Amino acid sequence: MSLPRVAIVDDHQLFRAGVRAELEGLVDIVGDAASVAAAAELIASTEPEVVLLDVHMPDGGGVEVIRRTAEGHPSVRFLALSVSDAAEDVIAVIRAGARGYVTKTISGPDLADAVQRVREGDAVFSPRLAGFVLDAFSGADPPPSEQASAADLDQLTPREREVLQHIARGYMYKEIALRLEISAKTVEAHVTSVLRKLQLSSRHELSAWAVERRLLEP
Amino acid sequence: MMRRDTSRRVIAGVCAGIGARFGVDPVLVRVGFVLGAMAGGVGLIVYALLWLVVPAARVAGATPLLRGRTERASVQVALGVGLLLLSALLTSRALGVWFSDALVWPLVLMATGGALIWRQSLGGAPDPASAPTAPAATAPAGSGGQRAAPAAVDYARRRVRSASRTTLGVVLVIGAGLAFLQSVGALSLARDVVLAAFVVAAVLAVILAPWILRLARSLSSERAERIRSQERAEMAAHVHDSVLQTLALMQKRAGDPREVASLARRQERELRSWLSDHTAAPGERRLHAALRDAAEEIEREHRVPVEVVAVGDAELEPRTEALVAAAREAMLNAAKFGGGSAIDVYLEASDGSVRAFVRDRGPGFDPADVPQDRRGVSESIVGRMERNGGRAKIASSTGAGTEVELVLEGSGR
Repeated sequence: MSLPRVAIVDDHQLFRAGVRAELEGLVDIVGDAASVAAAAELIASTEPEVVLLDVHMPDGGGVEVIRRTAEGHPSVRFLALSVSDAAEDVIAVIRAGARGYVTKTISGPDLADAVQRVREGDAVFSPRLAGFVLDAFSGADPPPSEQASAADLDQLTPREREVLQHIARGYMYKEIALRLEISAKTVEAHVTSVLRKLQLSSRHELSAWAVERRLLEP
Repeated sequence: MMRRDTSRRVIAGVCAGIGARFGVDPVLVRVGFVLGAMAGGVGLIVYALLWLVVPAARVAGATPLLRGRTERASVQVALGVGLLLLSALLTSRALGVWFSDALVWPLVLMATGGALIWRQSLGGAPDPASAPTAPAATAPAGSGGQRAAPAAVDYARRRVRSASRTTLGVVLVIGAGLAFLQSVGALSLARDVVLAAFVVAAVLAVILAPWILRLARSLSSERAERIRSQERAEMAAHVHDSVLQTLALMQKRAGDPREVASLARRQERELRSWLSDHTAAPGERRLHAALRDAAEEIEREHRVPVEVVAVGDAELEPRTEALVAAAREAMLNAAKFGGGSAIDVYLEASDGSVRAFVRDRGPGFDPADVPQDRRGVSESIVGRMERNGGRAKIASSTGAGTEVELVLEGSGR
């Protein structure tokens, strides 16, 4: 399989250079951009498979980049890469459409691995993101809504919860599969399902975070 | 030494102060003063003298006369001043010193309005720095975020009220002046002059309005700029004390990658906690914070990255403190025997039960191989948890790292 075609969007020149150096030979870097506008242009002209996206940038950050480009380029997948520890930032960029979130301290090979997984359509959850999601879906479940499907979106299944807990504890997908005696593909499916719920759920905590980042009108 | 007791005052706290000084019920003192006032106004004069001469008591924690209490008191005080003057004038009229109605009523009005304005301006606008924090300090411990907002609203409301009181005072004083002029008959003469002055004022206002507006705007923007530059200075000082020092240290230790990584991580944590402390409300230390501190300590001493992920939080009480101690012991073991691999700590607290996992990716060990006499781990982790009504499980296998699971059921409430 050919190397994944990757674009890097980050307003820190030093960091872009660092990621380039670390991913050298592991992925095919088609270009980088330092602002939302430049990112939109870059994505339109190069159609990368995966965009490594900084959450915090002037004039809107990663959320804005996704908003501007996701519709015109449905094949482009986004992986958020951030130093932010704030749950609302991370959840906001996931809800905008990113397929995963990793912290900037991630090692080069791990990052390349995450890029590969996002390219294949899987979700990439760091332990921290798993913690945020469990937090958001913890506590009282919202009152059952009239549509059963909507209610399903608002809570995690016990198995999904179990998978997330293992991710938060620092287990890799393969290790989780081994421990829960399911296949690695099933683990992937659970994580992808959680990602879908994260993006579509109307759970109050998630909506509140989204509103805070002006993703939705209140 | 006598003090006016402003915390239990009716007008200025003179009677309450006398009562407190001589151990008499202030109500009796007040009755005495009222009787004295009726007997030719002596009581009034004595009261006014005492108000002037006797200083107000300093009430601990509050700034009674000038700030805070102005809210309720200034209208009462203004009324009091007006009534005092009225009774003084009526008394002197009764004594034969004649003041015409044309003088008495405007004077009373002016005294009332004047007292309002003076109290407002002497008391000052509510202090923006102290106002929002004062209610928060006295409010019972609540969640941090909700505390600030009502305080700010309260502060804004108080400002509006204070402004409207000042306006009322101004209206009273102007009204008094007009009433006096009207009764003396000077108003009709003055009308032409006033009209002319008014027209000139209006013309000037139209001409000067842009300059005045600009001046006001530049004043407020200057103030905002000053606040910003203060914040910048604070930030710069912090960056200098911490980040730049660490960067210098890292340059010196560039030969030792582990040391550099550990310095960078330590600085990152420190900076993060400094940044988040600016937004988070101070509260009691809870389980998550205690566990994070333990992780930081291990990371600092053993130069192994420790990542803490927490879902939920719990009170810090003896049982959860024991859990933190056991988790610390587990991290210590992971740092010593984990071959320098990163340590993942996961905390989950909900519905009163707490679970914590400490995991490393080191060489691991076969639990069967651990000699029975090496009770260190067992005692400090398993024993400690069991003594506190919890349990601990250590799972390890050769080559797959070690995970310690700590469980407290139904605690934390």
